[in-house]
Amino acid sequence: MSASAFHRALKCRECGREYEIAPIFSCEFCFGPLEVAYDYDAIREATTRDSIAAGPNTLWRYANFLPCDPAYRVDLGDGFTPLIKADRLGKAIGLDNLWLKNDTVNPTWSFKDRVVSVAIAKAREFGFDAIACASTGNLANSVAAHAAGAGMECLVFIPDDLEKGKVVGSAIYDPTLVTVRGSYDDVNRLCTELSMQFNWAFVNINVRPFYAEGSRTIGYEVAEQLGWRAPDHIVAPMASGSMYTKIWKGLQEFAKVGLIDEPKTRMSGAQAEGCSPIATAFANNTLNFVPQKPNTIARSLAIGNPADGYYALKQMQETGGGAEMVSDPEVVEGIKLLAETEGIFAETAGGVTIGCLKKLVASGFIKRDEETVAVISGGGLKTIEAVVDEVTEPLHVQPTVESFVEARRIRSTSVGSGEPVTA
Amino acid sequence: MMAEKHVRLTFSPELIKEPLIYEIGREFGVITNVRMADVDAKIGWVVLSLEGDDAEIQRALDWARSKGVRVDDATLGDVVEG
Repeated sequence: MSASAFHRALKCRECGREYEIAPIFSCEFCFGPLEVAYDYDAIREATTRDSIAAGPNTLWRYANFLPCDPAYRVDLGDGFTPLIKADRLGKAIGLDNLWLKNDTVNPTWSFKDRVVSVAIAKAREFGFDAIACASTGNLANSVAAHAAGAGMECLVFIPDDLEKGKVVGSAIYDPTLVTVRGSYDDVNRLCTELSMQFNWAFVNINVRPFYAEGSRTIGYEVAEQLGWRAPDHIVAPMASGSMYTKIWKGLQEFAKVGLIDEPKTRMSGAQAEGCSPIATAFANNTLNFVPQKPNTIARSLAIGNPADGYYALKQMQETGGGAEMVSDPEVVEGIKLLAETEGIFAETAGGVTIGCLKKLVASGFIKRDEETVAVISGGGLKTIEAVVDEVTEPLHVQPTVESFVEARRIRSTSVGSGEPVTA
Repeated sequence: MMAEKHVRLTFSPELIKEPLIYEIGREFGVITNVRMADVDAKIGWVVLSLEGDDAEIQRALDWARSKGVRVDDATLGDVVEG
């Protein structure tokens, strides 16, 4: 049986109605979202720990679990990122057993390479010539890169006030890059309309059921890298809530096919205060979130009307996890703390995750001895604007030993020690 | 021009008791068809299929917004991603 035969249908998450595999995304009857259904017995038969370990050092080692024919893949080296023991950060925030899933080292420096890797393979399998997305940056970078690798036409829609790094990070691959003048809601509406008029593979619309599945590989990797077991707790950032829910699905699937024991992982989610529909609903003890107008430096998490918000909230209930939110200054603090303790420079979403992790530990929600994995979803060079005024100024010295010694003396005695020093 | 539109309406607590869907049907001649819904004491939402004249559907949704109802596309959530 080929790997592409392991996914057998699309299934409505609400009413359970099944559809043949096609570029569709919502149920005709209840409008619920469609999700890929698999033949887990066949996967179990075809997959062992050894067969996975013998695969490539990318997410395609889990090809039997992915909803596409791997022959169509464009593998830029996506996924299978390091799981790093974070003792210094753990000590700083009060955790004895902390790990970081470092997705900053993906080909375009964010976890979006996982979902796009799967989406573009499926788009090619369906026969689409063009691939499109609307993005605040990370998704755009990844789609443009993978389209270039595949030689596909690519259309990328971004807000016109995006950080320079993220604009260049898409433009370099030479897609049709469109900056949209207008509010966030305007961009959203325009792209919804475009998706209905043009026959493109819009990665998070008509191929969304397949695209979203790529995030499960974070769960697979964490389990494999921990020695084929699930951790006690995972903290992941939430935008649409999709990645957060798919990590849990990945752990459950590994148990279902016998690769790990039944996971008892508590799943917690992190949001920025300026866009916190899911965390706010959790705080209010309801499954029904109220959409928000995003206003935060954590642009990659700025989804005001999260498609998977309801499912994320249900998952918190089911797993005994929770949600937390942090202010923009706390986001910056989180970025700095991660960099200074572990040598990992994360984008703002990473600052959100670390800030929320810190709060969850401080409040006692995560116990000191819980083995915890924090997902760091993107690299910091994409959002240097967030921290450019927050880093310590260099020592400005003459090319003499005396000048250097004097500058160090001034720095060591100055309060706050981040001010410029000229000797 | 006749059209069909799928929307998700979110109601705050003070609107939960209002017969807003009934009024959309009566005032604007739009056929409303509830596909999914969840209402509790704090908040309620309903996924509606609306059928009727395109301009009337828009007027009905503008009216709902003016009453304080949040109107979103039913199936997509936000299209823009991080």
